[in-house]
Amino acid sequence: MNQVLIYSIIALGSIGAISAIILYFVAQKFKVIEDPRIDEVADKLPGANCGGCGFAGCRNFAEAIVKAGNMDNLNCPVGGNAIIKEVAPILGIVAVVRDPQIAVVRCSGSRANAPQKVVYDSASTCVFAHGLFSGESGCPHGCLGLGDCVVSCKFDAIYIDETTGLPVVSNEKCVACGACVKACPRAIIEIRNKNKKDRRIFVSCINQEKGAVAKKNCEVACIGCGKCVKVCNFDAITLKNNLAYIDFTKCTLCRKCVEECPTNAINELNFPPRKPKTEKAESVSTEL
Amino acid sequence: MKTFKIGGVHPEENKLASNKAIEVLPIPQKVCIPITQHLGAPSTLVVEKGANVKVGQLLAKADAFICANVHSSVSGKISKIDTTTDTSGYRKTSVFIDVEGDEWEESIDKSDAIIKEIKLSKEEIIAKIKDMGIVGLGGATFPTHVKLMVPQGKKADVLIINGVECEPYLTSDHRVMLEKGEEMLVGVSILMKGLGVEKAMIGIENNKADAISHLQNLSGNFNGIEVHALKVKYPQGAEKQLIKALINREVPAGKLPIEVGCVVSNAGTAFAVYEAIQKNKPLFERVVTVTGKSVKKPSNFMVRLGVAVNELIERAGGLPEDTGKVISGGPMMGKSLNSLDVPVVKGTSGILIMTQKESKRVEIQNCIRCGKCITVCPMGLEPYLLAQVAENANFETAENERVMDCIECGSCHYTCPSGRPLLDYLRVGKNKVGQIIRNRANN
Amino acid sequence: MNLLTVSGSPHVHGDQSLKKIMWGVVIAMLPAMLVSFWYFGLPAIIITLTAVISCLVFEYLIQKFLLKQNPTITDGSAVITGMLLAFNVPSSLPLWQMVIGALVAIGIAKMSYGGLGKNPFNPALVGRVFLLISFPVDMTLWPLPKPVWTMVDAITGPTSLGVLKEGVAKGDTVSQLASQLPSLQDLFIGGVGGSLGEVSAAALILGGLYMIFRKIITWHIPVSFIATVAIFTGIMWQVNPEHYINPMFHLLAGGLMLGAIFMATDMVTSPMTYKGMIVYGIGCGVLTVLIRLWGSYPEGVSFAILIMNAVTPLINKGFKPKRFGEVVK
Repeated sequence: MNQVLIYSIIALGSIGAISAIILYFVAQKFKVIEDPRIDEVADKLPGANCGGCGFAGCRNFAEAIVKAGNMDNLNCPVGGNAIIKEVAPILGIVAVVRDPQIAVVRCSGSRANAPQKVVYDSASTCVFAHGLFSGESGCPHGCLGLGDCVVSCKFDAIYIDETTGLPVVSNEKCVACGACVKACPRAIIEIRNKNKKDRRIFVSCINQEKGAVAKKNCEVACIGCGKCVKVCNFDAITLKNNLAYIDFTKCTLCRKCVEECPTNAINELNFPPRKPKTEKAESVSTEL
Repeated sequence: MKTFKIGGVHPEENKLASNKAIEVLPIPQKVCIPITQHLGAPSTLVVEKGANVKVGQLLAKADAFICANVHSSVSGKISKIDTTTDTSGYRKTSVFIDVEGDEWEESIDKSDAIIKEIKLSKEEIIAKIKDMGIVGLGGATFPTHVKLMVPQGKKADVLIINGVECEPYLTSDHRVMLEKGEEMLVGVSILMKGLGVEKAMIGIENNKADAISHLQNLSGNFNGIEVHALKVKYPQGAEKQLIKALINREVPAGKLPIEVGCVVSNAGTAFAVYEAIQKNKPLFERVVTVTGKSVKKPSNFMVRLGVAVNELIERAGGLPEDTGKVISGGPMMGKSLNSLDVPVVKGTSGILIMTQKESKRVEIQNCIRCGKCITVCPMGLEPYLLAQVAENANFETAENERVMDCIECGSCHYTCPSGRPLLDYLRVGKNKVGQIIRNRANN
Repeated sequence: MNLLTVSGSPHVHGDQSLKKIMWGVVIAMLPAMLVSFWYFGLPAIIITLTAVISCLVFEYLIQKFLLKQNPTITDGSAVITGMLLAFNVPSSLPLWQMVIGALVAIGIAKMSYGGLGKNPFNPALVGRVFLLISFPVDMTLWPLPKPVWTMVDAITGPTSLGVLKEGVAKGDTVSQLASQLPSLQDLFIGGVGGSLGEVSAAALILGGLYMIFRKIITWHIPVSFIATVAIFTGIMWQVNPEHYINPMFHLLAGGLMLGAIFMATDMVTSPMTYKGMIVYGIGCGVLTVLIRLWGSYPEGVSFAILIMNAVTPLINKGFKPKRFGEVVK
């Protein structure tokens, strides 16, 4: 019995020793010398590997930052300014503060606004439906409502509203990583500034067809009439291909265009209820 | 009997209109002719609003290599140039013409006499086919003149004519082969001369025994044309499968048939080529099958391009009450229509009407890994796997598993006992992998 | 007018469906089931009913309350699992053990992986092996079959493979044991001790032919499985006929036919290409013979199939279908 014990101890012990020696040499041979700052930066990052920065994961982003030595074209949309402030000292640079942003769905073609003309019966993925046909409402630019954006969101910040059939972005959860922008085959979703109190004004339509054609499929389509362009005092609105676009860097949230739009294609979000028209001037001044 | 080896299915044939002679549809009141009706670059408009046009007059010109001319199918006045929805509901620029009379271009020979003698040289044939806007009428609408221009370093030794019509329901090629057999064979001879080959093989599935014997009798008068009967199996009309079935050559993955010395053309196209070369008639009409189990009078119509689909349906006894789906093309590869106002174009081989019950897809259940999709895939792919990786957005694996080989025949979805939408996801995979490949090529 | 439907092609669907396949398998199992009822009488009917009903109930409960799905018990897959499980146990098995076996088969082997189509191992086999290991005594007491009309109490005895294994282990030669072994004819037609489904090879083959005719299974797995066993045991028999029994006995005795026709061909857990199926069948055959001749268990079919189930994903990876246009240059 003793002998068995001794043999086992010797055998196992020597296997362990030999393996340790081999491991040591292998580790020496394959050692990768790497900038220690990469690990430091990676530690600060959120670690969600969402791809919002344009890299495959947080570590790749850290490598890119360290390699570039600055953060001019690199941004972690999830961590936002807080992360940048932490990362900047590691690289020995000054943090650039960016405005918080959010994903915005630029389509209001709900079931009520854009009635169903045909029934879709295939795989529920927007990419396929987009390749197959113009959509249940017939609008070739409108939201298909099959939820590719929902699937792409790593933060559970977007869902399809049952009654309207349109995606809804959560103010709290959205980190503006842009995954949904890439997932949408129709480029309906845009990343815009979040603004104070989450107040936003945007043209909720991307239909570039002629006004009459667009209106045929959807009540609230932008018909490219240009009224909003005229009413805007800040040159924030441009009209191109029958479609108005509000530049969020210039928009002052005065809400004049919202009232002017004949088809209600311009959406306002999170504003207090509008006061009667006579007090319009006053309300504008408070907004500013 | 000859057929291709890997995969394939045999859907119910339902060739309801196979014994209905081609009926000429009366000239419509209005037509709407999309200026791009082919695969390739868009054509350029050459007419203006308000102009008067004759039958056969050029409307849009091809100015790219893979491109085709478009001609007017009626005479009358151009009321507007606007967009119209195509089969998928997207808008395409089209010419709207209000019909006045039926005045043809003087150069077109309207007689029925069959002209057998081929006067033109090889180059002239190709140029004329291009002028007349001939494209493949099987459905893919690839410009025919491009096929005849064999790239340098390659050599064609046989022309293959596709008379298979493996899609269920459709009978337009069948009727053309039966009623215009001799003209079609002249067309085949013209294509042979244009391609510079001595041999042509016509493949026909043996559910069209009358067409086979008819063409076999006629082909004795033509040099180098053979007619072969093929076993009924879908997708035999896919060009790679047809080449395999007829001459047992395998087109390498990702390559064109010319790689193995073949050029494939459709039977209906051969007839259009005959008319173009011998009668100076541009491609402005074609045979369209209107069919379906609920259709009162399944028929084959000779139709001027640009007619709205619902006019055809009216003529075939009207739209049945319980219609659930209207398909342009056959049930295996056709596109379901968004609206019935879309015009008939060069690629419209048939209009198939399905009842509500038929148009419902079967319920989707779990994949039970039965492997039937692998067994039926004519390209030797693993559809279950490709669909799965495409659904999970794993496009790298999809590319390695050669999703781009898929010919979208739909055999996998047809067979799947769990009713899984395999082809839908395969298309997603093809689409995305195609983008990835293009991006890579650009960088 | 109604709204038109838009969908991707194809717009027609073949006549195969999950239900047709599953119920087709159930029909194919009926002959063997009836033969077992004939020989083992009422206990066989009770045990089969118990297995099927408990499989259905467990599947329903798990889908409804644990997974919160719409229960899909009508697709017939749970019925197949129940019947196969019953086929794999002796008719004298206590019913509560049968219920535990059903719970293991449905709950652990099938539902915990996500339900139909996701399980790596054949649920019925997992249930059987679980029972075999947990209740070895009850699982190896085989009532001798007797036609239903005889009123004599069931006599229990070991299976023919068990007799052989024990005898050879003791040093007896095959010819010395011959008197204790059933004739090949009995093995083929029925009337030999064993689990419910093993009684008649003929009934099993009949079911197999039906499934091949209905295109539910292909010949590849059963034929390669059985042929491998025949060839392997045939070679051993040639080497030493006194130590190894003839291949016909190996083919007909025990669960080989049941395993090769109904268990190994389970779509979910077997390879998907013809080439892969043949490799899988050969693997099953080799492992079965190894266990039967040199293992500690007299019967090796279920272990062999389970081991090959584990290898199936690898086989699927390694044996791809021949691709069109992959020409050797």
